[in-house]
Amino acid sequence: MGIWRWVFIGILFLADFIVKIEPFKLGRSQPTERISGSAGDVLEDDPVGRLKVFVYELPSKYNKKILQKDPRCLNHMFAAEIYMHRFLLSSPVRTLNPEEADWFYTPVYTTCDLTPNGLPLPFKSPRMMRSAIQLISSNWPYWNRTEGADHFFLVPHDFGACFHYQEEKAIERGILPLLQRATLVQTFGQRNHVCLKEGSITIPPYAPPQKMQTHLIPEKTPRSIFVYFRGLFYDVGNDPEGGYYARGARAAVWENFKDNPLFDISTEHPTTYYEDMQRAVFCLCPLGWAPWSPRLVEAVIFGCIPVIIADDIVLPFADAIPWEEIGVYVDEKDVPNLDTILTSIPPEVILRKQRLLANPSMKQAMLFPQPAQPGDAFHQVLNGLARKLPHDKSVYLKPGERVLNWTAGPVGDLKPW
Amino acid sequence: MKLSALHQSYLSRRSNSFRSSGPLDSASDAGYKSSAAVFWLILHGLCCLISLVLGFRFSRLVFFLLFSTSSSNLYTPPLRSAAELAKTLDVHSVQSTNPVANTLQLPLPNKTATNSRVIVGRHGIRIRPWPHPDPVEVMKAHQILERVQKEQRLQFGVKDPRTIIVVTPTYVRTFQALHLTGVMHSLMVVPYDLIWIVMEAGGVSQETASLIAKSGLKTIHVGFNQRMPNSWDERHKLESKMRLHALRIVREKKLDGIVMFADDSNMHSLELFDEIQNVKWFGAVSVGILTTSTNSAESLDRKEDEENPRMPIQGPACNASNMLAGWHTFNILPFAGKHAVNIDDRLTVLPRKLEWSGFVLNSRLLWKGGEDKPEWIKDIDMLDGDVESPLGLITDPSVVEPLGSCGRQVLLWWLRVEARTDSKFPPRWVIDPPLDITIPSKRTPWPDAPPELPAKEKTEMGIQDPIVKHATKTRTSRSKHRSKRKHETRTDTQASTRHAEQN
Repeated sequence: MGIWRWVFIGILFLADFIVKIEPFKLGRSQPTERISGSAGDVLEDDPVGRLKVFVYELPSKYNKKILQKDPRCLNHMFAAEIYMHRFLLSSPVRTLNPEEADWFYTPVYTTCDLTPNGLPLPFKSPRMMRSAIQLISSNWPYWNRTEGADHFFLVPHDFGACFHYQEEKAIERGILPLLQRATLVQTFGQRNHVCLKEGSITIPPYAPPQKMQTHLIPEKTPRSIFVYFRGLFYDVGNDPEGGYYARGARAAVWENFKDNPLFDISTEHPTTYYEDMQRAVFCLCPLGWAPWSPRLVEAVIFGCIPVIIADDIVLPFADAIPWEEIGVYVDEKDVPNLDTILTSIPPEVILRKQRLLANPSMKQAMLFPQPAQPGDAFHQVLNGLARKLPHDKSVYLKPGERVLNWTAGPVGDLKPW
Repeated sequence: MKLSALHQSYLSRRSNSFRSSGPLDSASDAGYKSSAAVFWLILHGLCCLISLVLGFRFSRLVFFLLFSTSSSNLYTPPLRSAAELAKTLDVHSVQSTNPVANTLQLPLPNKTATNSRVIVGRHGIRIRPWPHPDPVEVMKAHQILERVQKEQRLQFGVKDPRTIIVVTPTYVRTFQALHLTGVMHSLMVVPYDLIWIVMEAGGVSQETASLIAKSGLKTIHVGFNQRMPNSWDERHKLESKMRLHALRIVREKKLDGIVMFADDSNMHSLELFDEIQNVKWFGAVSVGILTTSTNSAESLDRKEDEENPRMPIQGPACNASNMLAGWHTFNILPFAGKHAVNIDDRLTVLPRKLEWSGFVLNSRLLWKGGEDKPEWIKDIDMLDGDVESPLGLITDPSVVEPLGSCGRQVLLWWLRVEARTDSKFPPRWVIDPPLDITIPSKRTPWPDAPPELPAKEKTEMGIQDPIVKHATKTRTSRSKHRSKRKHETRTDTQASTRHAEQN
């Protein structure tokens, strides 16, 4: 009996010793960690050789002329459609032989009709898209072969292919009927929403990479701001009584935390906005009129943990990036308890999230650099398309079979563009 | 308040209309018109009241429900008003409606394929009952911030920090407490190991010892048995000697670390201590020279603006490829003849060409017989005379490493400010016994009297009477605060009677 007691004590001592070593090891932790989402460790996959894309040659009135009319389209957050076209034109996945192509791309810039303020008007976009599809279906046989099931389109507007900036109207319109079988690459993503189709690929909004690079500060600057946010809380112009904009979530943030010293929130937009984000631990990314915003991209680039306040949102490349491990999701109904939620996260979890954010492949996946670099958002889109291959046999329609209704939709959409 | 005022106006309007409609009974159409007007007014007033209570213009809602074609995805009404009304309304109303948030959900018609739990339309703005920071959570957040910053320092800060050996020459004088406390507080916050060698001219004294004992740092307090002379030149020379003596102590004790010179009247930034960890053998930083400006210096500045920078800098100068190319030294020409000679002259105090405080060295340079000591360091024991700057310790000035992004960052500031040599100051800056009153408080504009204190305290205070003062000497400090005009006379008489009794 006595010997067993000594053995037990010996084991305890050994265990204690081992436990002491563990934290010592953690103290000298790695600065980054590998990221793998539900689709596996796919952030660094190379799409070259895994798919072939054929780019339709549309007349320049669908793309180049529109861009010439308003070059502001190159800098706003919907510029992904333009840069994707340019990338695909010179990419090794492009093929000039449509017979061997797996995917077909139609370069039509639907989000380039800008108001004087710079906001895109979506009223002509359905007609433009329809006219483009009519063109490709009459000039090439590939659309009618599958009714668009192996075609993909970039629709980076507020509510994707619903082509409206107001949510009620967008839901009313629904996705353009002609795009029902195509794959949509869009920034909007919300579960169980009309405007998010099954099988769509969510991409981040465009943020200018050079501008963010020039505002980087040394990494050893200590992070001293707990929560950071700059933006509107009430949209007085469009929603004077409050409660409509952001489903009341932004207003709730303001009302509950405007006198809290941990929350650096305000509507003023300072010149040191990017530098301040790099000095913050948490950056709020609440919804606005649409659930997505470029704040997510900025937070990831600057290493600030994104706090996502948008119910049921689908974040970019959700199958490749495990966003629950990187950001903090807060339900809109829990906004009044935001400070309790954030302060009760254990420090090890926070440090792990920062390590994941520090991973260079994570930052690269959010950007659209020119010229394209390996692992950037263009390549993630191609990876996503490659993961959907090979096409199911059922996408190929029998000759004479028709699924799409060409006359569906509001009457105004049927007018030629 | 808003509620009641508007209420009043509506009531008055209603009563006016009633009054006006009274005598018009005879004219039928006029009466008809007025009753319609009355009805409209009543309806309007009612709608306004309801809007006030609900907190938004519900007429919009009514129109929408009546006339909209697609009422599919919208629902009515929110529970709570917009922000400003929420503030004016009672907090209790907010509290009562807060837990009822779930009643917002109405069943959606089949426009959407599957049921989304997110509903489009107007939502309430959720405000919790007490929307203010909770101190426990603030503390937790600070702990999180500390942990994050510690991790940052581990990853991006200095790896393997070395001990810093600080050499400070000092002596007892009026401003010693001021200067030495400043340096001491800077050193207390340095996150690295520290050894502080304090050399005191005139021997070890109790004042200095008690000052530096408060720091909690590892100190070596050494006395130097020469008194500090009165002229700046002599003082600089003696300080150099003291520093050399300190370097000899470093050699004897074989202290390992980085030697830096912190003069007691200098100001150091914390980045300095991070930057000097990068030194390999012998480094130099840029020192900002703060000369106490006098009228002469200002007029000079106005004349030669471009040539003399506002604050002169001493330190290494680099060429385009960030290699040491030369030195910025202090230009004494503008101050020729107008600088302080003795310590208590009220003129500009000039630094030497290159100050000791701008240099740091690896303590292994000073050890006897070091294995990989470079050859360009002179042996300290050989040096006896006045070494003007640490450059006198080395044979080849080009081996100096420029620190602080090649001298572009100013990490410390040099200043010499001293009081008159014959100025008196209380020992250890503690006033004991308390001072005599020089100005009677009756004449100074004190604010109105605070409430009276119990009687016994008042009778103890003697204020004006000098005899009283002697008797109650220890309590005069309190009496300074008890300067109420109306009470003074009373206490005066009371105190004087009391002491008359005593006497």
